Amino acid sequence: MTKLDYILQQIVNAVSLGSLYALVAVGLSIVFGVLKLTNFAHGDVMMVGAFGVALLVGIGVPFPVAVICGIAAAAIAGFLIERIAYRPIRDAPDVARLLTSLAVTYIIENVGILVFTSSPRNFPLPDILNTSWEVSNGAITFTSINLLTIALTFVSLLLLGWFITRTTTGLGMRAAAEDMSAAHLVGLNVNRLIIVAFIVASAYAGLAGILWAAQAGVVQPQMGFTPLLKAFVAAIIGGFGSIAGALVGGYILGALEIFIVAFLPSSVSSYRDAIVFAVLIAFLLVRPGGLLQPNREIKL
Amino acid sequence: MSREARITLLVFVALVAGAVVAFGAPHVLSDYFVRIILLIALNAILVLALSLSNGFTGVFSLGHVGFIGAGAYISGILSIPVQQKMALLPHLPTFLHAFSLPFLPATLVAGLLTALLAVVVGYPLMRLSGYFVSVATMGFLIIVNVVLINASDFTRGARTFTGVPLETTLPWVMGWLAITLFVLARLVYSPFGRAMKAVRDDTIAASAVGIGVLRTRLIAFVIGAFFSGVGGSLYAHYLGSFSPNTFYFALTMSLITMLVLGGMGSLTGALVGVICVSLLSEVLRSVERGFTIGDFAVPALFGASQIVLGFIFILIMIFRPKGIMGDRELTFGLTQGSAKVNQTEERKR
Repeated sequence: MTKLDYILQQIVNAVSLGSLYALVAVGLSIVFGVLKLTNFAHGDVMMVGAFGVALLVGIGVPFPVAVICGIAAAAIAGFLIERIAYRPIRDAPDVARLLTSLAVTYIIENVGILVFTSSPRNFPLPDILNTSWEVSNGAITFTSINLLTIALTFVSLLLLGWFITRTTTGLGMRAAAEDMSAAHLVGLNVNRLIIVAFIVASAYAGLAGILWAAQAGVVQPQMGFTPLLKAFVAAIIGGFGSIAGALVGGYILGALEIFIVAFLPSSVSSYRDAIVFAVLIAFLLVRPGGLLQPNREIKL
Repeated sequence: MSREARITLLVFVALVAGAVVAFGAPHVLSDYFVRIILLIALNAILVLALSLSNGFTGVFSLGHVGFIGAGAYISGILSIPVQQKMALLPHLPTFLHAFSLPFLPATLVAGLLTALLAVVVGYPLMRLSGYFVSVATMGFLIIVNVVLINASDFTRGARTFTGVPLETTLPWVMGWLAITLFVLARLVYSPFGRAMKAVRDDTIAASAVGIGVLRTRLIAFVIGAFFSGVGGSLYAHYLGSFSPNTFYFALTMSLITMLVLGGMGSLTGALVGVICVSLLSEVLRSVERGFTIGDFAVPALFGASQIVLGFIFILIMIFRPKGIMGDRELTFGLTQGSAKVNQTEERKR
């Protein structure tokens, strides 16, 4: 195995992990863009999607159908969360809304533990997605699910790009993200736009949750927490609220994590998460608008 | 009587009441209730420490549990008996092997080192405000967790840290609670306290009249961290064994629930919040284990108490976002004069 192969292998890993982070971060950014709310419950919506698939496959539903139903379940969960918890406090101060979303996370996670217990279960991935591929005499390996993750990320983001630039609802969402009250003044139905934003974002969370569980091979109620925190860092690196920023941030974070583990001594690399969150703090201090929005005014 | 004198009198009354509870309760009540009072007092120290920055200065920190964890581990490392240290923590630097501190000095050192950590962390972070400071302090909490898990020479890593002598008794906790309450009451109702509230209510106006915003926030943050470290030490000596995840998001969530429910800008509000949430979760926890009424058996529902607490939290956020007490203090009529002054100030706003 040559050095080049090793580096290529790490790049494959980085793109695969980065795609997952980007998917989660995009969902976070959609909600943040429209509502200026950090939706911690996004990670739990991921869990809903993954558990939906696991349960449906468990009762004999074919895998592709189960995936679609899982994404739908996640979208419904996101809709309910917005309706029950977030709408009544939409005008509250930022910190109050941050805390509410933490409380929602707490509730859903504990409901998950109550229903499914906290022990992990196997995620029923069909064999066809479990096969691994080898390039350059086995020096570079990846599985079908890696490829599928990357492919689905690209396809779904193209779809999202089309949605927010070419449809009336998408344009309305961007208008609401720009200035909610102005959007209201020109006659846009802001409530409806927020609901759409939540449904789209939660569908993304569902997809990301399914892919995350497929790569990990297990589902458990707390599974959404780690990807959520990471996606959060990714979104801030890229520029919170910007979809392109979430994408860029996701891939940068994926690369950062993989390269820390691959190229640094193990005594340093076990501190990977500490390094990642130190980067987060550095960004908040030095460039709170993220890489793509350097001039954004930060309201204190 | 001046306002300061009234507050001192009120705190003095509270101290006497606390002393009576501390030394009287074990003779009158069962061990179970003594334990609940102890936990309430311990949580009160932690929540009061949190209220200084989150409530009075408006810097909403999600990272104070990091200080609590640091305090717990520092105090634990310092006070494990020498003969056990070699077995439990064989890779400690040799100078730490040589001694073990009694409870009080270990707690003080833990508090001071934690305060020092807060200076280092707070100096950059206190420039941030609102939402950004919450996120950054949450990042700090995660970093502390990662360090506790990885610095296994000092902390046994993710394994249970054990062997800490069980020395936290009710009088100790009540004593520290009294000190915390006394220091915070003097601080909050002093010129510095007014500076803190000014920074909270309008940062720009505060700096326009010459209040150093960074300095004010940093001092509040560091003092809060000192008491968090002390509380962490008491917690460590109460539990005896714990792991990095003892001091993570679950504890953060429960402390913040107590603070927000009680009212963030009020010391007595913090106490009310602690008592309400502690008693409520104790009741819910016994329901959670399952019980029988006559022939009807309610099965155990683990996690149900957390769900109920989460819903209560959301309901408070919706219907009473300032908490039970808001910015008001519970005075039992003792500081009637100053309460009136407060009311007129309130009205002027």
